Amino acid sequence: MNATANRSDVTTDKLVSTEWVAENMGDSNIRLVESNEDPLVYHQGHIPGAIEIDWIRDLNDAIRRDYLSNEAFSELLSKAGIGPDTTVVFYGDKNNWWATYTLWVFELFGFTNSKIMDGGSLKWKNEGRELTKEIPNVAVAPKQNWTRDDSTIRAFRDEVLSHQKQSGQLIDVRSPMEFSGERTHMEGYPNEGALRGGHIPGAKSIPWAKAVNPETGEFLSLDELNALYGSFSKDNETIVYCRIGERSSHTWFVMKYLLGHPNVRNYDGSWTEWGNLVGVPIEK
Amino acid sequence: MTGLPPRLQDVVDTLALFDDRSEKIQAIISIAESYSAPSHPKPYPVESRVPGCESEVYVWGRHFEGGWSFEFAVDNPQGLSAMAFAKILQDGLNGLTSDEIRQVPDDLVYEVFGRELSMGKSMGLINMLQMCKRIAA
Repeated sequence: MNATANRSDVTTDKLVSTEWVAENMGDSNIRLVESNEDPLVYHQGHIPGAIEIDWIRDLNDAIRRDYLSNEAFSELLSKAGIGPDTTVVFYGDKNNWWATYTLWVFELFGFTNSKIMDGGSLKWKNEGRELTKEIPNVAVAPKQNWTRDDSTIRAFRDEVLSHQKQSGQLIDVRSPMEFSGERTHMEGYPNEGALRGGHIPGAKSIPWAKAVNPETGEFLSLDELNALYGSFSKDNETIVYCRIGERSSHTWFVMKYLLGHPNVRNYDGSWTEWGNLVGVPIEK
Repeated sequence: MTGLPPRLQDVVDTLALFDDRSEKIQAIISIAESYSAPSHPKPYPVESRVPGCESEVYVWGRHFEGGWSFEFAVDNPQGLSAMAFAKILQDGLNGLTSDEIRQVPDDLVYEVFGRELSMGKSMGLINMLQMCKRIAA
């Protein structure tokens, strides 16, 4: 099975094409999951058989700033008809921004049998492929016990501070104005702001969307990605961050699965935490 | 929510009738699908762009005898929420005075879409309303 039918330049099995999804969407062992920024998009039309996972409603703890519990995740997958052998293909709006975030959260819980549909819903729709408003009736899967591991692909503030002090590789994927400190929040997102502007000292600025062709929604070619991220060594750990950890999950996916960096972590506390912490170093 | 201008209150009251989330979403999608882009030539002027709205929304206001009218261009085919809110504001603010527009609460966004919007999404939509307020000020 050539999962990356139209991408001979990448060797990862984490990326599948729209053609591959069209050919395989009837496979009962494949679950398509749409995750969007705009909650209306799924309901206007989605790939037949796809279910929706909403990161606010489904993936976050309702009270404290954290992801859902082991129990809640196990319940979510059971209701979604996803077992340990199910292949989950994520896709969505905004260049798969939210789809990669959902994939990252799944991986926190040890679910790694996942893929991203290159180009997301933009490419699927531009190709005139089939869409439906029908919400699929999914057979509940036997409940498994999934356990979150926060140590492998997630970074916490003390770890980031230690990493920074050792001059570790850091990528800030926010806009240049946020990186420079000119803005303390993404334009128009004042509630996600911080008391201090700037970036973690030593971080390099590579806005997340640079990894995507805006016309097609697809990831850039491997050569283009290497040109963008070529200064980062695969031999060393890299920590990525943004404002709340969603944009950086996109870069985490690029670094880990398209460029093959074995040790990449996402600091989901990101600037809304760092920019409000007392005493941490900040560079402008 | 009470005290809204009558056409906005009608929208809020109608959407409040839906107990089922899917049905409410379909009602909002219907509003989005009734949105039509204005005839302003592209590229749209930067000064008309709503700041911070991921869907690239542009607003133009025109004052006429008795009130204001607004036009919205949503320059993103996936910007459904923005299209729905553009249509709601276009109809709901039409003919209102500057003072009446200023008094429309930003919470209108949550009354229409609920509280499950991402923070970024809700701020982008609120900025559409705030841009109208700035134009009419």
